[in-house]
Amino acid sequence: MSVETILVFGEGDEGTPTGLTLELLAAARGLATNVEVFVAGDGAAMATELGAHGASKVYTTGSLDGKLTGVHAAAALQNHMETGSPDAVFFGQTPDGRDTAARLAVRIDQPVVTNNVGASIEDGALVVEEPVFGGTQNVFTAFRNEGPALALFRPKSFEAEAVGGSEAEVVTVDAVDPGAAGSAAVTGRHVEERSGPQLDDAEVVVSGGRGLGQPEAYVMVDELAGLLGAASGASRAIVDAGWVPYSKQVGQTGKVVKPNVYVACGISGATQHLVGMKGSKHIIAINKDPEAPIFGVADLGIVGDVHKVIPALIESLKSR
Amino acid sequence: MKVVVCVKQIPDPALPGELDPSTNYLKRDDKLILDESDSYGVEMALQLAEAAGGGEVSLVSMAPNGEVSGLRTALAMGAEDAVLISDDALAGSDALGTARVLGAAISRMSPDLVLAGVESSDGYTGTVPEMIAGVLEMPSITFAKQIEVDGNTVKVQRQTEAGYDDVECQTPALVSVTAGVVEPRYPSFKGIMAAKKKPVEELDLAALGIDAAAVGQSGARQETVRVTDAEERQAGEVIEDEGDAHEKIVEFLGELKIV
Repeated sequence: MSVETILVFGEGDEGTPTGLTLELLAAARGLATNVEVFVAGDGAAMATELGAHGASKVYTTGSLDGKLTGVHAAAALQNHMETGSPDAVFFGQTPDGRDTAARLAVRIDQPVVTNNVGASIEDGALVVEEPVFGGTQNVFTAFRNEGPALALFRPKSFEAEAVGGSEAEVVTVDAVDPGAAGSAAVTGRHVEERSGPQLDDAEVVVSGGRGLGQPEAYVMVDELAGLLGAASGASRAIVDAGWVPYSKQVGQTGKVVKPNVYVACGISGATQHLVGMKGSKHIIAINKDPEAPIFGVADLGIVGDVHKVIPALIESLKSR
Repeated sequence: MKVVVCVKQIPDPALPGELDPSTNYLKRDDKLILDESDSYGVEMALQLAEAAGGGEVSLVSMAPNGEVSGLRTALAMGAEDAVLISDDALAGSDALGTARVLGAAISRMSPDLVLAGVESSDGYTGTVPEMIAGVLEMPSITFAKQIEVDGNTVKVQRQTEAGYDDVECQTPALVSVTAGVVEPRYPSFKGIMAAKKKPVEELDLAALGIDAAAVGQSGARQETVRVTDAEERQAGEVIEDEGDAHEKIVEFLGELKIV
């Protein structure tokens, strides 16, 4: 397989492609001579920005009218790929990316490799790199199938970069009715209030974990984050326990963050969490257990009680 | 209402994982346990069956060597019976092969609702549930944080990046549930004793009418070309707080020009 065309499954909100979509474009550009985007929804509104990031064409289904994306996107993709024949399709490791790749894999009987952080071409085959065991080892997998390679990539695996391309050509593709399998409908949307710096792009992230002891103690994390102009995050333990919403979760099943500084408060550092923040430039950890794995990755580790250290830190920052 | 829950039996996550150097498969030699991610699906199924005023909760699992330890845990929680697919030809199966096998087993069970965890704790591909729905040509709702069944309608709060969506569809359907949505019950002593006598039907590929070449390593059509050690992040300075650690943090943040 030589790689001529890579199709990127593009996602976006109100005409703006997600950062992850642009990261995938950067990865695809490095491997293929032609890069195209498929948008299950309104792709036309993103054509200028996608073009600037190197996409030649944007295939768009138009609005899905409240249908749950995966099945419908996969049906339209399969239909498109009968003539479009890309060598590979790159998806982001997102809910819709996973749903669509999974449904498409069944429809076209092709394998999917998930959770990748790197891609290369070796002897004509696409090879993807997936971290395992909490990021201590990397597994490199070559696609050996006849047909397009389907690969999912984790956020922040590549640097998005505009390369000054002109607006991508917009091509409307046919919607395909997947029958009863496509009957799931979105009847309401609930958006949690988001203010201040966001986890995805904050320069500093302050996260709290089980060591805070009780849900009320999370206000310390918010206050410290406020003083540092930081986004506040959380470990899976306290999200599962219902202390803070999922949108704050950092880790394997949450967000991947790579800030300049990451401050872990009362987080032991389960591999689940480490894979989501190990890429931070600098890590500060406060935990009372000297054996906590978080100290294995921290540049500055404080063995101490978060209920003493954080209030003192807050006072000290306020008095500056 | 008949609910089928997909459960994975995995190596104990508390023990260090290891790849078999000859095959690069995850080693599964020791006893396998119920994946914690799936205990939420089991609990949810039991609660939905109770809410429906009685219903049947069955389990389906694919595992090597006739492994049933994890299934027994879920049966002890209250599931009625289980189907286990075990076949040497399944070694090296990828997500799609796994979904074809589980899908074939589930279609024999004629469920109203299929539940699964969003992703397993060892492989975490997060694609098997949606692929099973694809194999069964069923509607599906992934990333559920709350499920309600009202007659033939499944109503789900589906977790999103920004919050959650209300999503609904008709049964039969598949729903994948996120961790932490319910508090999985601890099996009682009575439950553990009863689980030992509950039926576990063991099937091989022939019983499901699946060609061995379509699954396992040959069906996966991918090859692990190498495994490398990741660059280790070096631990820095670790100090004991003696009432002045916050000053050290301020100093560090100052060096980085954050304050």
